[in-house]
Amino acid sequence: MSGCKVNTKLYAKSKKEGIKIALLTVNDLTLAYGEHEIIRDLSFQIQPGDFLVVVGENGVGKTTLVRALFHQLKPRHGQIEFAAGTRLGYVPQFRNLVRDYPLSVRDFVALNLPLKLTPWLSKKERQQVTSILRQTNLLPLADRPLGVASGGEKQRAYLAQALLAHPQLLILDESTASLDNEVKYELLDLVTKFQMAGLTVMFITHDWELAKHYGSRFLHLTKTGYTTGPIAELPASPKGGAE
Amino acid sequence: MFALSFMRYAFFASTFIAVVAGTVGVFVVARNLSFLTHTLSEIGFAGAAFAVFMGWSPLAGMLLYTMASSVMVGQMSTEESRREAVISATSALFIGLGILFLSLSSQTASSATSILFGSVVGISQAEVYQLIGLSVVVLVGIFLLYRRLKFSSFDRTGARVNGVGERVVAVIFLLLVALSVSVAAQIVGSLLIFILLTLPAASAKYFTTGTAKMIGLAILFALTGTWTGLYLGYLTNWPVSFFIAVIEVGIYLAALANRHRQAD
Repeated sequence: MSGCKVNTKLYAKSKKEGIKIALLTVNDLTLAYGEHEIIRDLSFQIQPGDFLVVVGENGVGKTTLVRALFHQLKPRHGQIEFAAGTRLGYVPQFRNLVRDYPLSVRDFVALNLPLKLTPWLSKKERQQVTSILRQTNLLPLADRPLGVASGGEKQRAYLAQALLAHPQLLILDESTASLDNEVKYELLDLVTKFQMAGLTVMFITHDWELAKHYGSRFLHLTKTGYTTGPIAELPASPKGGAE
Repeated sequence: MFALSFMRYAFFASTFIAVVAGTVGVFVVARNLSFLTHTLSEIGFAGAAFAVFMGWSPLAGMLLYTMASSVMVGQMSTEESRREAVISATSALFIGLGILFLSLSSQTASSATSILFGSVVGISQAEVYQLIGLSVVVLVGIFLLYRRLKFSSFDRTGARVNGVGERVVAVIFLLLVALSVSVAAQIVGSLLIFILLTLPAASAKYFTTGTAKMIGLAILFALTGTWTGLYLGYLTNWPVSFFIAVIEVGIYLAALANRHRQAD
């Protein structure tokens, strides 16, 4: 990922504004499917510029929490509050992209442009797309079909698509889970460059090693509760190492 | 051939149908709705038969039935696991209804044939205007919805977390598909509708990337089929729908071969 330049101007504003206010405040949150409570009395904050890693084994409610953040699940109890005007970006673990998926990398990224009523892209919009492709090292394969891209390239395309809308808070939902080790670090190095430029990151993972390497703070979900704090205080993995 | 007014009407009508079918088809294919389109055409058949029974124009019956049912079927089949079953059940029910209405009305065989297999050569001037009106409604709808439709069709996951308003887009799109089915039924008949609504678009995606280019190619493929079909129908007196079917299937096979060649 060397030689990749991130546009710092993009995020400078959110960085300056957000010093006093938390981007996200979760207060006493309880999430449940029917009778089955997944998360109980959870409280935490994300400050601008944080790289919050959300760690925990499968089934402790990481994905449930993300669904709630996107209003796809209504809290049983408690509040989720974003600072006014916070734009969310989201990079999922995978999408259902078949091999003959017809869009090029460029067209896929451009899907996240503002939803105007004109079908065609303005010159400015085309430049925005090219710029984000350059920042994510996708320019050389911009016109290739996304369906035949490698796992790492696809993840970078998902990242670029999310970043195109200039989110203040980027949620990476197990985005590295299906990648080779080397590619995992490449992707997160890239994310870190955007974080340096002011982007706030929430990285959901069950990879303790990555969490320790990149996180500035952690939120550790377990079946019985949770802990949160600076990354140095993250307890050792229950399995004694990264998966 | 163009000295005959009915041939002129037929060419005019089929041009609009090809443009509508190519445009809508790209999204039908991207959203995996090919079989839903097939069901809608059977529902359209029942609607047209109902209209014949009531003494209305078949188009009115088709519009009524397809618009009313498209949203319902679309909602019922959102879950992938039961989509096929829902679609089969609906098809069976509506084909049954279609046969019932036809047998209840006095004029059976010939009107059934024209509903099922199309009768573009018999199209009147008033029907051409109707068809153009409906086509314009569909195209304007797609135009205004384009960015949202594109996002939700080609990246449902992304659309869902980026405030595209997926449900509203899905409902409006199903209504537009229903309209297109009713329009295209005029020329290829309700049995062969999905030839124009799915095959040109399914072929186009093997030749190019990008939504606009796919739409352009799909329209071109649809036009090739309908124009050549009309011409050959005029020469031979064989059914136009037959030629259109053969040409579109031929293009699709060529597309698959092209894809296969690229993959090697």
